[in-house]
Amino acid sequence: MALAKITSITGRAVSVPGNDIDTDRIIPARFMKCVTFDGLGEFLFYDVRKNADGSNKAHPLNEPRFQGATILLSGSNFGCGSSREHAPQAIQKYGFKAVIAESYAEIFFGNSTGLGIPCASASREDIAKIAAAVERDPKTEVVIDLVAQEARFAGQKVKITIRESARDALVNGRWDPIGELIDGLPAVNALAGKLPYFAA
Amino acid sequence: MPKSLFQKVWAAHTVRQLANGQTQLLIGTHLIHEVTSPQAFGMLRDLGLKVAFPHRTFATVDHIIPTDQLVEPYADPLAQAMMDELRKSCAEFGITFFDRATGKQGIVHIVGPEQGITQPGTTIACGDSHTSTHGAFGAIAFGIGTSQVRDVLATQTMALGALKVRRINVTGKLRPGVYAKDVILHIIRVLGVNGGTGFAYEYGGEVFDRFTMEERMTVCNMSIEGGARVGYVNPDETTFTYLKGRPYSPKGAAWDAAVANWRAVASDPGCQYDDVVNINAADIAPTVTWGINPGQGISIVENVPDSAQAKAADEKASIDEALAYMKLKPGAPIKGTKIDVAFLGSCTNGRLSDFQEVAKFIKGRRVAPGVKAIAVPGSQGVDVLCQSLGLDKIFRDAGFEWRAAGCSMCLAMNPDKLVGDQLCASSSNRNFKGRQGSPTGRTLLMSPVMVAAAAITGSVADAREVFGVSQN
Ligand code: SF4
Repeated sequence: MALAKITSITGRAVSVPGNDIDTDRIIPARFMKCVTFDGLGEFLFYDVRKNADGSNKAHPLNEPRFQGATILLSGSNFGCGSSREHAPQAIQKYGFKAVIAESYAEIFFGNSTGLGIPCASASREDIAKIAAAVERDPKTEVVIDLVAQEARFAGQKVKITIRESARDALVNGRWDPIGELIDGLPAVNALAGKLPYFAA
Repeated sequence: MPKSLFQKVWAAHTVRQLANGQTQLLIGTHLIHEVTSPQAFGMLRDLGLKVAFPHRTFATVDHIIPTDQLVEPYADPLAQAMMDELRKSCAEFGITFFDRATGKQGIVHIVGPEQGITQPGTTIACGDSHTSTHGAFGAIAFGIGTSQVRDVLATQTMALGALKVRRINVTGKLRPGVYAKDVILHIIRVLGVNGGTGFAYEYGGEVFDRFTMEERMTVCNMSIEGGARVGYVNPDETTFTYLKGRPYSPKGAAWDAAVANWRAVASDPGCQYDDVVNINAADIAPTVTWGINPGQGISIVENVPDSAQAKAADEKASIDEALAYMKLKPGAPIKGTKIDVAFLGSCTNGRLSDFQEVAKFIKGRRVAPGVKAIAVPGSQGVDVLCQSLGLDKIFRDAGFEWRAAGCSMCLAMNPDKLVGDQLCASSSNRNFKGRQGSPTGRTLLMSPVMVAAAAITGSVADAREVFGVSQN
């Protein structure tokens, strides 16, 4: 199964500011009563986006001018909390292809990378610059360049960073490790045989 | 060179290096539950893959299970569908399933230790962030996402980068009325909710040496709330005594061999840590959260913060956001805040000792009028032990509902939910917005005994005063 080489993402962006945005906020637990990930997109940020009666609250994702954005901008420790892959799945199914935030919670970062969603980090000032450009003109095209490790927008350029193992996996089209893990099965069998507790 | 437990276990389970520099790590024990595994089984079927080592995966049902309805079909058809799906997948792939009928069902992080499946020196993975709980036994235990559940099912391995190790020493003696829950809430308050990113936390020091396994589990459980994916305590006699004779513990000669291995896997004296933090046990007080993440905690005698005193704009914004959501007054004492619900349970504090400790204090007392109080044992095993000691009766007599085992109101994927903006004194681990089932519901995290004090008085209280715990 050949995977796409994700070297850059180009698209419009939307800013959902805040620090410590947790996975319960990204996808509330009650929407996890499902046996497939299909359809999770519509529940992204549900409780901060919708009132109890289903009508819209004021939220960037509800603004017509930001519809069609594929890059999500946020603050620090994004995706903290649970290990639920439902969170990056909802982000992806909603239509986002990449995230730029100050920092990420560990499990969320790994889950996202495994789905081919680059989670790039940038300084707060630089994220604010992108957000300002997008605020001025929501049609601003943002390019996340994983090779040059920079984001370009509205004639400006800022530095982005992404953990090297993840960057390597994305740009070389090996972000889903299953194929490589299966190739290792003979070595797995050998090692398992050496661990006493592993025996049947 | 002296090595840490983390380094030893990591090395012993390394299959090989992957092209991107990550490690293919062998996962000795895989635990699954109904919420994060069905999609993984679906992926296996789509790819035409089998489970590589079905005998190393164990399943239970916990998140969606009703605690007041034992008979299927469940009132919620979505919950029933998830139950059916797990049952079907376990049968299809030959995986042991601790279904309710086995008497071994319960929250995955309670069942593993209880059955003796969780053992020192092993690697454990589960599609659940509180997998760090199992580190209490000196295992390296990771919470993983569903695609990694697929990876572990298909290959018994996953791709991972190594972690740094931070040693956290808690020295001296805890004051009376201060519990393991307070220790971890305090640690998270001090180090921050993302202070542990990139680290495994190794907990040690006199307090941990004295702690029971259940207390160690409470602390390791919440490592993830401090951003640390892994938390552990080195195995010792307390660990071995706990494990001896459990259903999946080694027996006979294998037991002796295992204990020798377990002793050897503990961190070597003089090993290098990437960071060391020292905490004085005497500085820890009964702790309560006031905000919307587990780092927003204060001691029971402190006041809720006022953003006017915040040093940075960031801190001010986060205090304002939290207080607005929690509907708490800036600068006011947390003590005396009226509660609506008291929840005792979860993988943090749903074990025998938690109910035993609370029972000591609530015997002969009554839950305050207007407070809904529920006690939910973490597993059928815990339930049976509590009942055999008559604890369920003490709880019922005090006005608690005694429920069947499950996650219950920790995240409210079952019918146990807050309503509207109810305020809940909770022994669980997360106080995120909407965590307990109502988008406007409010959670205050605290130790089980503090939950009991709140239940009895109807408001957040200092359990030491309510229950007359002497400070001498
Ligand atoms: S008790 Fe709560 S934290 Fe623990 S596994 Fe269940 S839902 Fe997760």
